[in-house]
Amino acid sequence: MEIKIKLNGKLIKEDVDAGTLLIDWLRAHKCFSVKRGCETSNCGLCTVFVNDKPVLSCSVLVARANGCSVTTLEGLQKEAEEFGAYIANEGAEQCGFCNPGFMMNAIAMFRENPDPTDDEIRAYLAGNLCRCSGYEGQLRGIKKYLQYKKGE
Amino acid sequence: MITIKNYVSVDTVEEAYDLNKKRNNQVLGGMCWLKMMNKDVNTAIDLSKLNVKSIDEDETCFRIGAYVTLRELEMSTSFNEYTNGGMKKAVEHIVGVQFRNCATIGGSIWGRFGFSDLLTFFLSLDAKVELYPTGIVSLKEFRDMKVNNDILLSVIVDKKPLKVAYQTIRNQSTDFPVLACACSNVDGKYNTAIGARPGKAMLVEDDNNILAEVNEETIKAYSEYVMNRVDTISDSRASGEYRKRMVKVLVSRCMKEMEGI
Amino acid sequence: MAEFKTITKPVMKKDAMQLVTGKPVYTDDIINQDCLIVKLLRSPHASAIIESIDTKIAQKVPGIEAIYTYKDVPQVRFSNAGQTFPEASPYDHQILDQRVRYVGEPVAIIAGESEAACLKAMKLIKVKYQVLEPVFDMHTAKDNPILVHPEENWRTLSYDFYKSDNKRNLVSHEEDSHGDLEKAFAECDEIVEHTYHCKANQQAMMETFRTYCEIDTYGRLHVISSTQIIYHVRRIVSNALQIPKSKVRVTKPRIGGGFGAKQTSISEVYPAFVTWMTKKPSKIIFTRKECQIAGSPRHEMEMKIRVGATKDGHIKAIDLYVLSNSGAYGDHGPTTVGLAGHKSIPLYTGGMEAHRFTADVVYTNIQSAGAFRGYGAPQGIFALESAVNELAAKLNIDPIKIREMNMLKEGMHMDAYFHEDATACALDRCMEKAKEMFDWDNKPDCVDLGNGKVRSKGVAMAMQGSCISNLDVGSATVRLTEDGGYLLVIGAADMGTGCDTVLSQILAECMDCDVDDVEVMSADTDFSPYDSGSYASSTTYITGMATYKAGMKLKEQILKISALKLNKPIEELTMESKEVVAPDGQSISLVDIATASMCFNDIPTTVTETHTSPVSPPPYMVGMVEIELDKETGEVEVKDYVGVVDCGTVMNENLARVQTEGGIVQGIGMALMENVTYTKKGAIFEESLMNYKIPTRLDMGVLRTAFESSYEESGPYGAKSIGELVIDTPCPAINHAIYNAIGKFLYEVPFTPEKIVMAQDE
Repeated sequence: MEIKIKLNGKLIKEDVDAGTLLIDWLRAHKCFSVKRGCETSNCGLCTVFVNDKPVLSCSVLVARANGCSVTTLEGLQKEAEEFGAYIANEGAEQCGFCNPGFMMNAIAMFRENPDPTDDEIRAYLAGNLCRCSGYEGQLRGIKKYLQYKKGE
Repeated sequence: MITIKNYVSVDTVEEAYDLNKKRNNQVLGGMCWLKMMNKDVNTAIDLSKLNVKSIDEDETCFRIGAYVTLRELEMSTSFNEYTNGGMKKAVEHIVGVQFRNCATIGGSIWGRFGFSDLLTFFLSLDAKVELYPTGIVSLKEFRDMKVNNDILLSVIVDKKPLKVAYQTIRNQSTDFPVLACACSNVDGKYNTAIGARPGKAMLVEDDNNILAEVNEETIKAYSEYVMNRVDTISDSRASGEYRKRMVKVLVSRCMKEMEGI
Repeated sequence: MAEFKTITKPVMKKDAMQLVTGKPVYTDDIINQDCLIVKLLRSPHASAIIESIDTKIAQKVPGIEAIYTYKDVPQVRFSNAGQTFPEASPYDHQILDQRVRYVGEPVAIIAGESEAACLKAMKLIKVKYQVLEPVFDMHTAKDNPILVHPEENWRTLSYDFYKSDNKRNLVSHEEDSHGDLEKAFAECDEIVEHTYHCKANQQAMMETFRTYCEIDTYGRLHVISSTQIIYHVRRIVSNALQIPKSKVRVTKPRIGGGFGAKQTSISEVYPAFVTWMTKKPSKIIFTRKECQIAGSPRHEMEMKIRVGATKDGHIKAIDLYVLSNSGAYGDHGPTTVGLAGHKSIPLYTGGMEAHRFTADVVYTNIQSAGAFRGYGAPQGIFALESAVNELAAKLNIDPIKIREMNMLKEGMHMDAYFHEDATACALDRCMEKAKEMFDWDNKPDCVDLGNGKVRSKGVAMAMQGSCISNLDVGSATVRLTEDGGYLLVIGAADMGTGCDTVLSQILAECMDCDVDDVEVMSADTDFSPYDSGSYASSTTYITGMATYKAGMKLKEQILKISALKLNKPIEELTMESKEVVAPDGQSISLVDIATASMCFNDIPTTVTETHTSPVSPPPYMVGMVEIELDKETGEVEVKDYVGVVDCGTVMNENLARVQTEGGIVQGIGMALMENVTYTKKGAIFEESLMNYKIPTRLDMGVLRTAFESSYEESGPYGAKSIGELVIDTPCPAINHAIYNAIGKFLYEVPFTPEKIVMAQDE
């Protein structure tokens, strides 16, 4: 079937198999930031935006994203660098594999709630698993970043 | 792994129903569970173009479209006002925001999953489901209906005087519940839905009118009554015995929360 | 203590910005995507013989390149364990075998153009099994008439040490003791004796096992893999395929977490075999399910422990017997169990007069275990620290006081730790600091919060090692680069922990330069100097020292060239940050030295140094936890966790802190939720992240960490290790808090709500 998707700002028209998952389509389009960590919609590594909402790209058929705009971390490099530096300054990226999904969902949170409490941060990002960092360094990075944004 | 040959975004519910009559065709929900199924689907049926994506409210009821996501329910001001914030409580532990942006109420209710927070919660609200072509049936009835070719279009909650409380026990904060409990008073009538027994949620009504008067003592009696009415079994998350005991604990807590005791 | 310029500082990881911006740096991002896909057909039986296997129809699926069964692979046995040769682990694997020994064991290798083709072919392979009675119960496995490895070509390279015997289902047996045990126990007024149980936890690193292989320009096999052990993988692939090691090159890109999982060769041999046979590139990406059922989890262990003390709290004797379940294969079996004793008992060296540590490791028909952060120590420490807390309760002595009375202190001789001396030990200061941070003395054991919940506290201590003494080898190559900086080449594998950066810091400290002046290149068997790999908490301590030595050696070379160029005696010259200076003020810059080194010069500016160690100085930790426990439902919420660590000199404040936090949260997972259960047929129920629950950020409370450093002379700038230690305290500390809440200790992790409710009934 033919689909039209605006991927990171660029319109793509393409014939796809009906069963293709968005994650696989994105990786085939060199969006390698999108990672797969499970098959059961539990890890959050594959988080991307469909029409600006964070979703699990492992649980979305590319056919369902037809007509939508899809954003991956490749399309948010400026924000990734700006916010990411705060995570890196804590050493909280560790292995980095969960990072793109975490960055995406954190950016979604900042847009939805620019002044979250610690508990709101934990709740919003609960679906982003990280096995390395113990989460505390990510929290520190987020808080320092938000502090910086406030002063901006 | 699920495979899909064709994808059709239907224009009418009749078209969806016709397609769904074929055994190898499949109506899509949020895909969160469906994608894990081992099934070769001929045609996947997308209902997006039907009126299934909004929560509509009038003086008499809420009509929640089948494709409304769990996150939309969680964030719905009016529906949370109506349910004392119970709606949010019933979904906020489900995996994560991104998951809840995908998973739909239609998919959750249609699956009649044992672990379902939603089935438990909506049972306690005395909700109804809008099916095509069967029509509107109570969720209580739907829970026991055989899986057929109907198209689930919406979940309807009639506006009645309502009190409701929702509590669960989990081994980990975003895991399936070990036990889920929703106590409600709908238009003066007490109900309790117990989910994750781990079988699909059961509704227990206060048939003996134990709660004619509500106080610590009658709540205790009622929670024991519910405990004795509910079947629980063991699985990898907990034993049936533990679950049974927790029925009493959660019913009592929900009742107290609801009644402000 | 010396003032450092670069080490100890919170330097950002050298790869950090690439990682946070999502650049393609992991195995599946950098390879030729147009390669064969490799899939494995796996056994549904825990023990069976393949009577027949028919792949004819499957081979005909369009896009299928090859299907291999046990008949096609070399009939030789090897070990998958990433260990120094000759390995402690027995040679009990084949790439594929006619006998399957656990549910999920590979039965056929399928290589095809697409995953869909492979999966279609998989369904068409016809296997007839002769199903055998399995051995599931580890208690009856030893000397059971049913053997997991009855084959004649099973072998061990380390019988003298480990007594491995396939005809007894015995992976290994170990004994260690000192003093007159029964006499010491006889003098005790109180003895606590219990059996504790830890399950086979999964590392659950976010990147599953994966490997890509291709044939290079010279016809050699190039293995690109997510591994902690490039050199061991080269040997394992060579053993498995029966090709010379020189024909194999192994490289490691960024890896998405390891925690020991990738210290076993889990995924490499399959694409390696496919590519070697077909000469076509191939890759295997394990699904999460494959990771959970056919990975390399923590060894299930049962610890039977006796701890005795006099009534005034003097701990005189410890007796520990550990039964470890290695599963279907012996990978890391003989060695992990040792840590359960050697890394727990010495904590009480203070007044201990005698100890005995005995261990059996057995084969059973479940998933083979492997290496997981802590490597046996978390199990042993859970048992010992829980028992000491119980002892303190029985003696009515404060649990901190009993530890202060008996703990290991600097300078003591450790009879239970290979007779090493505690050369650097700040365990006492860790305790003091933790007490202060936690406000231990002012917090009651348990407070009733009035809503059915109570708040309570718990404590535990831990130790680990800093390498495998008399064994591990680390090397570093350092080169002076043309712009007056350095290139550091190592064989250690950064798995996200930051060793590329920490080793660069060590070199920068040594050369008195900025970390940015050091470029680092890691983990390629063709280019990196030999390194045993990143495990056993050894990278900073061993490879760090090699880096330091290489830096010092390079300095000498630089001075030699400078002496020629400045025409001065070498003894007069000193190297400063960016130049070499003579007493008369003459100088030559590093850039000029580097340039000079490339013209009519025979003094090498690339040096390689190697390091090993006869000792493994332990790092230490104290963990204190505050929980809220719901007495009616048994739910536990961790509110506050204080961890104070002595890892010697802290190499990088940020990375050490995040290591500590990450370890504590993994420990909390082990304590509260990470469960492994089996069906009657021996299949693992928790085969997904839907059912195997690891902590989210809602499950861990607030973590507070601090460092109390000792200075270890044998380590680089006083460093010891940190990576594994930090997972050790949560199980016993949380168990202690549960006791303070409900008056009962638990003896099996995880402490699920149900167990806590049921314990109150007893």
